[in-house]
Amino acid sequence: MSAPTTEKSWTVRVREAGVAALPPEKLLPDSQPTYVASWIYVFGVASLASLAVIVGSGMILALKGPAWWHYTGVGHFFNSIHMWSVELFFFVMVVHLWGKYWMAAWRGGRTRVWVTGAITFLVAVPCALTGYVSQQNFDAQWISTQAKDAMNSVGIGSFFNLTNFGQMYSYHVLLLPVAVIALVITHVLLVRRHGVVPPFELEKRALAAAPPPPDVDGSPSPASPMAGVRS
Amino acid sequence: MLNPTGVAVLGAVFNLNHPAHVVHWHFIDLTVSNVIVIGVMLLVFALAIALPFPGAARRRGGAA
Repeated sequence: MSAPTTEKSWTVRVREAGVAALPPEKLLPDSQPTYVASWIYVFGVASLASLAVIVGSGMILALKGPAWWHYTGVGHFFNSIHMWSVELFFFVMVVHLWGKYWMAAWRGGRTRVWVTGAITFLVAVPCALTGYVSQQNFDAQWISTQAKDAMNSVGIGSFFNLTNFGQMYSYHVLLLPVAVIALVITHVLLVRRHGVVPPFELEKRALAAAPPPPDVDGSPSPASPMAGVRS
Repeated sequence: MLNPTGVAVLGAVFNLNHPAHVVHWHFIDLTVSNVIVIGVMLLVFALAIALPFPGAARRRGGAA
């Protein structure tokens, strides 16, 4: 039996804030608006699907090690799955980005949705590039020595040593994937909170049908159909 | 794993024993393979907008 509480603990405050920001029916909705029935809306979830394959195949590669992925048939297979799922991830993510750019997906208070998506893309690039230098072969050595010069040319070579395999491997299998996954989770939760951005025509129609905004003091403006009505 | 004969046949069809072909345009240098991928992305983007989604008309007609 739990003791009665007079003040809210941090767990209660976090729960209430979480449910207020993202009620269960928004977090896991029954359906999506009809305008989502378009191929251009498929590429976001295609990015999530390819990311799941990347993470799954990457975990298997990390478990088995370089000798396995270089010298066995099954190892080659998972190595290829990992590489091609990354190719697919960037392919569908770029098409997703183009689609959202041209529909101005930052409309309607969705700035954070757009920004988290853009940052995810920027963080995913070094996450993939550190994979090239983590292969443990001559290809990785060639790429790391070329990329080292690129880092040095912009003055950040002392922070990111491309020839330091331990550092690059840690970046590739831990730091950058954790950042990408955290950003993707945030991005998806924000999409759930704000909803999928509607087409321009629907937004115009909704704005035309909506009453004028209230006055500064919060009361409905005189032109509003709600003017004079007290709730 | 491909046997040596398979490798030889593939090598005869897809000869990769040369530096990558590169497209030069002002300061832009892109390998042909990357240009092809970018072209396919543009094509997929156009098709995603142009092609009807299965069941979309029915859903917009109100029979969701």
